[in-house]
Amino acid sequence: MAKLNVNGQALDVTVDGDTPLLWVIREQIGLTGTKYGCGVAQCGACTVHIDGVATRSCSLPVSAVTAEQRIVTIEGLSPDGSHPVQQAWIKHDVPQCGFCQSGMIMAAAALLQSNPKPTEADIASEMTNICRCGTYVRVKAAILDVASGGQLGRG
Amino acid sequence: MTVSTTSRGFRPSRRQMLAGSAAAAGAFTFGFTIPAGAQQVGGPEINAWVVVHPDDKVVIRIARSEMGQGTLTGLAQLVAEELNCDWAKVTTEYPTPGQNIARNRVWGNFSTGGSRGIRESHDYVRKGGAAAGMMLIQAAANEWKVPAAECVAEKSVITHKASSRSIRYGQVALAAAKLEAPKDVPLKDPKDWTIAGKPLLRLDTVDKTNGKKIYGMDFKLPGMLNAAIKDCPVFGGKVKSFDAAKVKDMPGVKHVLPVGESAVTVVAETWWQAKTALDALPIEWDEGPNAEVTSESIAAWLKEGLDAPQAVVGNQVGDAKAAIASAARVVEAVYSYPFQNHACMEVMNATALYTPEKCEVWTPTQNGEAALAACAEASGLPLAKNEAYKIDLGGGFGRRGAVQDWVRQVVTIAKQIPGTPVKLIWSREEDMLHGRYHPITQCKLTGAFDKDNNLTGLHMRISGQSIVAGIFPQNIQNGRDPAVFQGLNPSGPEGSIGYGIPNLLIDHAMRNPHVPPGFWRGVNLNQNTIYLESFIDELAHAAGKDPLEFRRGLMKNHPKHLGALNAAAERAGWGKPLPEGVFRGICQTMGFGSYVAAVAEVSVNPEGKLTIHRIVAATDPGHAVNPAQIERQVEGSFVYGLSAALYGEITIKGGRVEQENFDTYEVMRLEAMPKVETVIVPSGGFWGGVGEPTIAVAAPAVLNAIFAATGKRIRSLPLKHADLRKA
Repeated sequence: MAKLNVNGQALDVTVDGDTPLLWVIREQIGLTGTKYGCGVAQCGACTVHIDGVATRSCSLPVSAVTAEQRIVTIEGLSPDGSHPVQQAWIKHDVPQCGFCQSGMIMAAAALLQSNPKPTEADIASEMTNICRCGTYVRVKAAILDVASGGQLGRG
Repeated sequence: MTVSTTSRGFRPSRRQMLAGSAAAAGAFTFGFTIPAGAQQVGGPEINAWVVVHPDDKVVIRIARSEMGQGTLTGLAQLVAEELNCDWAKVTTEYPTPGQNIARNRVWGNFSTGGSRGIRESHDYVRKGGAAAGMMLIQAAANEWKVPAAECVAEKSVITHKASSRSIRYGQVALAAAKLEAPKDVPLKDPKDWTIAGKPLLRLDTVDKTNGKKIYGMDFKLPGMLNAAIKDCPVFGGKVKSFDAAKVKDMPGVKHVLPVGESAVTVVAETWWQAKTALDALPIEWDEGPNAEVTSESIAAWLKEGLDAPQAVVGNQVGDAKAAIASAARVVEAVYSYPFQNHACMEVMNATALYTPEKCEVWTPTQNGEAALAACAEASGLPLAKNEAYKIDLGGGFGRRGAVQDWVRQVVTIAKQIPGTPVKLIWSREEDMLHGRYHPITQCKLTGAFDKDNNLTGLHMRISGQSIVAGIFPQNIQNGRDPAVFQGLNPSGPEGSIGYGIPNLLIDHAMRNPHVPPGFWRGVNLNQNTIYLESFIDELAHAAGKDPLEFRRGLMKNHPKHLGALNAAAERAGWGKPLPEGVFRGICQTMGFGSYVAAVAEVSVNPEGKLTIHRIVAATDPGHAVNPAQIERQVEGSFVYGLSAALYGEITIKGGRVEQENFDTYEVMRLEAMPKVETVIVPSGGFWGGVGEPTIAVAAPAVLNAIFAATGKRIRSLPLKHADLRKA
């Protein structure tokens, strides 16, 4: 049994404590926007926010998450797709196949929240998610666009 | 019945659900009906390609699979252009492979690979749109009792100017659907396009930003179980035994089953439970005859092929061997290219439901008809009792095309638990160990110069693997794999050489290791272009000539190749000064119907660290259907091509793949991504692909720039093994 706070909802989940948070989110809670890509925290397709920090959920046992920690998945980033990063992704037509993009968006949102004006070097060092279609050029452009709008940040 | 693909992703329609809930014996089956023409839910079908709803929503049917390349948008643009409909109201849907067969293959080929989506179906999809447009106009003309020729349509509104009347497509759709299809269907001149040819945004983006899009991995059916699988890690091996008793009481486990002769599955309530139990399952393998094979043994075998007397000729002009024998100077080099995994972000997966009456499979596939065939083969039911439903792919790159091995697996599992839907998801490790790998080859190139420094001959001997022999052995004729010479052929859309060399011999000594090959985005154009374009650079250097000028001198009779080369050189400012420490490399090739070239700007620091600063890529695809999406395909090509050049390598030990995940199979990340400038130079008169050709120029442009920077000629990839410190 695990007590979790996911997208603002307190949930009781019946699951083995060793189960990675990713699979609890996907299989017990039923939110499939968060993806499995590698299972070893390499690719970032499984990125969620835990208390605002981008976290690779495939390698985090659910038992390591407390009931007080706020987990946010792509489905909970905004109620209606209006988060500035989501809007920038649409404007820049970033996704190709789209499979990695939930994780990419969650990583970008966390980066911009902690560093509202990232340099290109900041983006390069923080955005380590893998995309095989090759959307990196557009990912970078969309993040810089959000940064120039100054809509995100602490405070 | 069709399934929606645009905006909502794949999910069973309400009608499918109802059909399912009414099914007997608790088994959940999907209804399967053939679109019946005029009376469909939502709106009437005008023809196979176009459905128009009363509110003017236009549904365009797309036979090819969307895997990120934007084919849903590009093909829809072509149909919408000829239909003269309101683009803002366009959505798309996939017909199913079963429907295609039942309707005499009205949607043509479902295969999505070889950058063929647009270049091979532009004619019939545009005619589909144009014919539907003519029928809608005719229906309006009939109602007004005026000649159709007096009516025009724009943005889904038909107007009869003389009587100042107008009517919307949605209002005449029912009447139009009852009309006979026109026989003579003229198409627009591309210069008059207003929807096609424009840099439109994709139709399918929003759900990729909010988690709503359903991929195969996310697909669910009521009562569904989940399966994890292990196939013998040594290709050609089998299962000797497994001890199901050890895991059958683990949480959630329902079944432990063999899958064919070589694999074992655990089926459980959740996938994580299935995987956990599978990892704990004792399995003994019979590794078979390939258990001693290593990368080294394969390399030695291929090396022997470089000088073997037996080889199949792909391109021959004059007498290259004589030219070499009588040359004033000979230049020789040996290159090699490793196995690569596609490494799609979404691992292989499929869901199947088998009953003795019907077998259905839902899967991300590049070829719905091949998935259907694999389903029928594994189910053992007559073809008409099978159906495959396509789901948009989380990456394809060729892995999900010709070979549908995971479909065969899931149906083999489903058949053992009739009436219960089961979803098979491979682990990343399984995906790495059981790819259909980029073929491994080596190449020996020998160039001949006369005493005046003119190139008089070139012999290019390729030794190594044939994809066609591995996948379609029936297509090998007299030992010849025609695909092996991609980019090196005397002529033809699949890849012709761009140089006029008086004596030329390009031949192939086939050597097929046991590692299964596959069509890997860019296919054989990738390594062939690395070999030829690096060596042309070597020859230019040997002749003391500028690499661009040397190429131009050989390209007088190849104006389209030269056009792309010049476009890249001009945009890059070839010959103009660069910042200190930055050097350029250039290359060109032709394949998948398009002419492409690239210039790379790189620097190498004293420690040997490579930085790729800028790529300029030119592409001439004949017609450019969506320049914005072409730009994205070209950018993506460089990620794929440079990933391969910098890091990509599958090695073999003990007959099996050594790399199991992204920690050892490295791929490019954002940090290494250079700026890419795409130059689109459509010269008209032909239709070329855009998903693949520019991959082939990624590596050679960089390799040639590295030579300019360091004096080091890298002839073996990936670059991560190379010492780039200045010679």
